[in-house]
Amino acid sequence: MTTAATNTGAPIRAKRVLPGFTLSLGTTLLYMTFIVLIPVIALILKGAEIGPGGFWRIISSPRAVAAFQITLTAALIATAFNAIYGLLMAWVLVRYEFRGKRILDALMDVPFALPTAVAGLSLTALFSANGWFGPVLDAMGIQVVYTIWGIALAMAFTSVPFVVRTVQPVLEDMDPALEQAALTLGAPPWAIFTRVVFPAILPAWLAGCTTAFARSLGEFGAIVFIAGNLPFRTEIAALLAYIRLEEFDYNGAAAIALVLLAFALVLLVVSNVLQAWASRHREASR
Amino acid sequence: MTTAPLGQLPGQTRRDERILIGVAVGLTLLFIAAPLVFIFARAFSQGWQVYAANILHPATLHAIWLTTLVAIIVVPVNVAFGIAAAWAVAKHRFPGRGILVTLIEIPFSISPIIAGICYLLLYGRQGILGPWLQANDLQVVFALPGIVLVTMFVTAPFVAREVLPLMQAQGSEQEQAAVTLGANGWQIFTRVTLPNIKWALLYGAVLCTARAVGEFGGVSVVSGNIRGQTNTLPLHVELLFNDLNAVGAFAAASTLTLIAVVALVVKTILEGRRQS
Repeated sequence: MTTAATNTGAPIRAKRVLPGFTLSLGTTLLYMTFIVLIPVIALILKGAEIGPGGFWRIISSPRAVAAFQITLTAALIATAFNAIYGLLMAWVLVRYEFRGKRILDALMDVPFALPTAVAGLSLTALFSANGWFGPVLDAMGIQVVYTIWGIALAMAFTSVPFVVRTVQPVLEDMDPALEQAALTLGAPPWAIFTRVVFPAILPAWLAGCTTAFARSLGEFGAIVFIAGNLPFRTEIAALLAYIRLEEFDYNGAAAIALVLLAFALVLLVVSNVLQAWASRHREASR
Repeated sequence: MTTAPLGQLPGQTRRDERILIGVAVGLTLLFIAAPLVFIFARAFSQGWQVYAANILHPATLHAIWLTTLVAIIVVPVNVAFGIAAAWAVAKHRFPGRGILVTLIEIPFSISPIIAGICYLLLYGRQGILGPWLQANDLQVVFALPGIVLVTMFVTAPFVAREVLPLMQAQGSEQEQAAVTLGANGWQIFTRVTLPNIKWALLYGAVLCTARAVGEFGGVSVVSGNIRGQTNTLPLHVELLFNDLNAVGAFAAASTLTLIAVVALVVKTILEGRRQS
């Protein structure tokens, strides 16, 4: 890393016309190192200190396994919902003209802008017995607050923009000639969607869903309010890590955090690969 | 126009279009707009006076002040970092460039809770630097520096991510022309680059501010939740909620919501500017 910053030897510099390379790259690397890399390395070192045996004992404890299962299940439910809802939103926002479209588009960013704790507070009250939705759902026998559905709901709320905002530009960019060709060949709309449109947006859609899934696995603020936080029932992994910290069990917290970190990094790589595929795909279909 | 919306082609009926729009609007109203409106409805459910009393409560005012202070420190730093990162990556070619771009995005994929735990393991009493910090009487965790650092971690990519693609798309011909005309680095940046990226920069800064103000998980780990001292506004919302003061919690939350709504309005305006 530092070699890149100091490697301003003559042959390379000769090609660089613009000034400020050393300063800007140096600043970037310094900031990244202190703010991101060193803290993450601290976590990894702590994990190494625990040792493989201790690490395994912590993450395979029944309560941790339950927390991981609950987190994964809820994230899958949330991502499945967003995969469809997000795709629908991207489609409607790109393809149709109607009144209030700009407001609808702006509303898609609410989950990004609204603090997650505020979102969690609002969803909890909205779906509780004295909220707007709680009594209606209660009458149908559906319990959201303090169940896994509440966790999934909070996750879905905080991660929906990822799907919309990745699919939207690809849809906007699509060459309409392909669809028109399919249409003149007599293909019904649904066939055009599944055979022409969907394959074109598939990489971007998958990348968006992956990011949404990753975000759901790590979400905390929105969930702590609505989950009820019952061990083995509605306790998510991030919360269990937090509880371990409050008990001054730093090994326990670090081990759970490392598992979540590993998930996040794997999903980041997957999402990057999908996005690279998506941009190649986009170039090809233009 | 070749980009005529498909909905206007004869293959797809107006009825299908209306159904899809209807479902989309309906779901969004229930799923996204309702929680937003509900915050204000609850905050004002006992009238203006109760609302004002909740907001003007010393603990709430302190939380507002602390949150503002954190944003005032974090946002300029991240604007500077975002510009530096974008300048290095977009205007130059060097080995490891792709890796650097991925590294910059890392805070987005790491859960804030994990970020908080990382900082605690580094600066906390049991942490790697803990003994040294204690020997020198420095307090990072459970104090303002820890809150600021975690917020920096969480919001680091916001400005870079907005400015970088724009700088890449614009290329560097204009800057190179300025170099041949004898401009120095600072002149190039302020007279050529900055005017080109100003809306994206502002947009990134707005998003960064909104996020810095609203950060919960990461701050929650490193703040220690000391009432009236290290309680940021989002943490204060949780505290009031746990105290069963729902109206107070919603009143505090409404100020955060207002910031989010303003950020979105500014964002929408800036997007219009950028396109024109």
